[in-house]
Amino acid sequence: MAEIELNGVTKAYPNGVVALQKVDLKVADREFLVVVGPSGCGKSTLLRLIAGLETLSGGHVLIGGRDVTRLEPAQRDIAMVFQNYALYPHMNVYNNMAYGLRNRKTPKPEIDRRVRETACILGLETMLERKPRQLSGGQRQRVAMGRAIVRSPAAFLFDEPLSNLDAKLRVQMRGEIKRLQRRLGTTGVYVTHDQAEAMTMGDQLAVLRDGRIEQKGSPLEIYRRPATAFVGGFIGSPAMNFLDGRIEEGGRKLRVAEMFSIVLPGAGLPEQEGRNLTVGIRPEHFKINGNAASVELPVELVEPLGGQTLIEVLFGKKIVTVSLDGAIAIKSGDRIPLSVDPAQLHLFSLENEVRLDCIAA
Amino acid sequence: MEKRVFFEHRLTPYLLVAAQLAITLIFFIWPAAQAFYQSTITQDAFGLSTTFVGLANFERLFSDSLYLHSIEITLVFSALVAASSLSIALLLAAMADRVIRGSSVYKTLLIWPYALAPAISGVLWLLLFNPTIGIIAYALRQVGYSWNNFLSGTDAMILIVAAATWKQVSYNFLFFLAGLQFIPRSLIEAAAIDGASPFKRFWTIVFPLLSPTTFFLVVVNLVYAFFDTFGLVHTTTAGGPAHATEILVYKVYRDGFVGLDVGGSAAQSVVLMAIVVLLTAIQFRYVERKVVY
Repeated sequence: MAEIELNGVTKAYPNGVVALQKVDLKVADREFLVVVGPSGCGKSTLLRLIAGLETLSGGHVLIGGRDVTRLEPAQRDIAMVFQNYALYPHMNVYNNMAYGLRNRKTPKPEIDRRVRETACILGLETMLERKPRQLSGGQRQRVAMGRAIVRSPAAFLFDEPLSNLDAKLRVQMRGEIKRLQRRLGTTGVYVTHDQAEAMTMGDQLAVLRDGRIEQKGSPLEIYRRPATAFVGGFIGSPAMNFLDGRIEEGGRKLRVAEMFSIVLPGAGLPEQEGRNLTVGIRPEHFKINGNAASVELPVELVEPLGGQTLIEVLFGKKIVTVSLDGAIAIKSGDRIPLSVDPAQLHLFSLENEVRLDCIAA
Repeated sequence: MEKRVFFEHRLTPYLLVAAQLAITLIFFIWPAAQAFYQSTITQDAFGLSTTFVGLANFERLFSDSLYLHSIEITLVFSALVAASSLSIALLLAAMADRVIRGSSVYKTLLIWPYALAPAISGVLWLLLFNPTIGIIAYALRQVGYSWNNFLSGTDAMILIVAAATWKQVSYNFLFFLAGLQFIPRSLIEAAAIDGASPFKRFWTIVFPLLSPTTFFLVVVNLVYAFFDTFGLVHTTTAGGPAHATEILVYKVYRDGFVGLDVGGSAAQSVVLMAIVVLLTAIQFRYVERKVVY
């Protein structure tokens, strides 16, 4: 049980690549923080720096208020679950879990008690004698979890632990990890490139891009109010649509892709009068047969998923994805009237991609 | 659909393997058969008459204290060579595994000794250890050890062990390095997080995972020490002093070509053949199984 704090953490490699740039991050005690970002954004490096597997180029890492910047991984009281599980192939499940306790000179009966207890939590009681290669992917994943839990560390670190599992198992393990973390109340940092994992698992989400934290907040906060166009496009599935827009009529109206205008909520964006910006619209925020501001657009492709229907629509020269609830009788070539609630538009500056909020009336 | 190639003529396939068969028969099977045959005969000193004696050559061999001594010497020699060349190679490989800059130069340099003929490496070490002019002998004298491989059996043994080990280290090093690089980094990192010291990580994680490589190398090194060290012994100690370094392969030569005891020498070759067969069988039985752990 501990909070993790990163102060101005920087990591530059000898070849000049800067993986992390002055990252400040705080994970509260018992909180589950998911760090999400595209590959190469530095998220794994971030985790490895917390674990002590790499040395910092600048800044400090604190775990439970203790500065661990210069400490060895073993002294940081953390446990890590690796992407490839990193189970010791020559040891059986029992020894895999007992290894860390033995290294810490835990008395034998105590080791035995804790290993069996952990196995029980994870449903591995009957597998204790097996070698990792005799286990399925999901079971290996559980052993890797067990190895982390058994030591009852101050924090868990997860490095894309589900990416080697098939889709169905991934959804199942997602829930299991989350439940387990809640139950044990251990602080957790979880790294993933999968936005669905990020949304469903995290108490808090940090979106990382090019070694900087783009936004941090609860999953819904980030979904509702993405701080930048990048975050908007990264979080949410299917991804947000981006269109060109221009502010008109003293900031009160938004002209979208030179096709139609929308009245902005409140006083609009008077400061942006006459300027171009990026308009983000989530596929699920389109409505069919909406208000008077609707616009008829040709359907390119229909993807019925049963519970919802994804429609690709030609919006000027751009393909826009629209997600509608239920199965809808539309075929490609049809024209459908679409509208959007102005309150659910996301506006981003063209220069720095930063979110622009309308001024309240 | 049948995709196999058919030969019209029945003899064609045999013709195709004929060259390989001929080589095997002439250069491997025939000499081996000759050894078997000669191990059952005795010959007079001029090679004019031969007598069939059955297993008498073997009986004589195993009641000969010099032969039993040679077996003992060979076991000591092989064990020392295998143990020291493996441990030195493992140490070097473990260090090379961490080297990032200039690693290819380092590796290339380490591999050089392997390209040397055993006889050459023998001469090199003979000069280094030469009691009068050798630099190592000189250094040993400085620390108070009077080195003389011409008089002391122990010194002579150390000399051939050093030379044989030095040559084999590069080979072992290559295999160990490959083995080490095959171990996923995350395993070592997991062990580090699990609180294992670097030393403990090595012995509880790395070394067990290297066991298939180690086992393979133990067999290869034993075979090397048993059979490939003739040239080395011949150029350095010639089996002396007083048979102190007369290992089995060298005794075969001494008895057969110097002592002209063709039957006894052949019997010794048959014993060596049996050892090769045994080692090969062990190797196939265990090493060919891909995963030992």
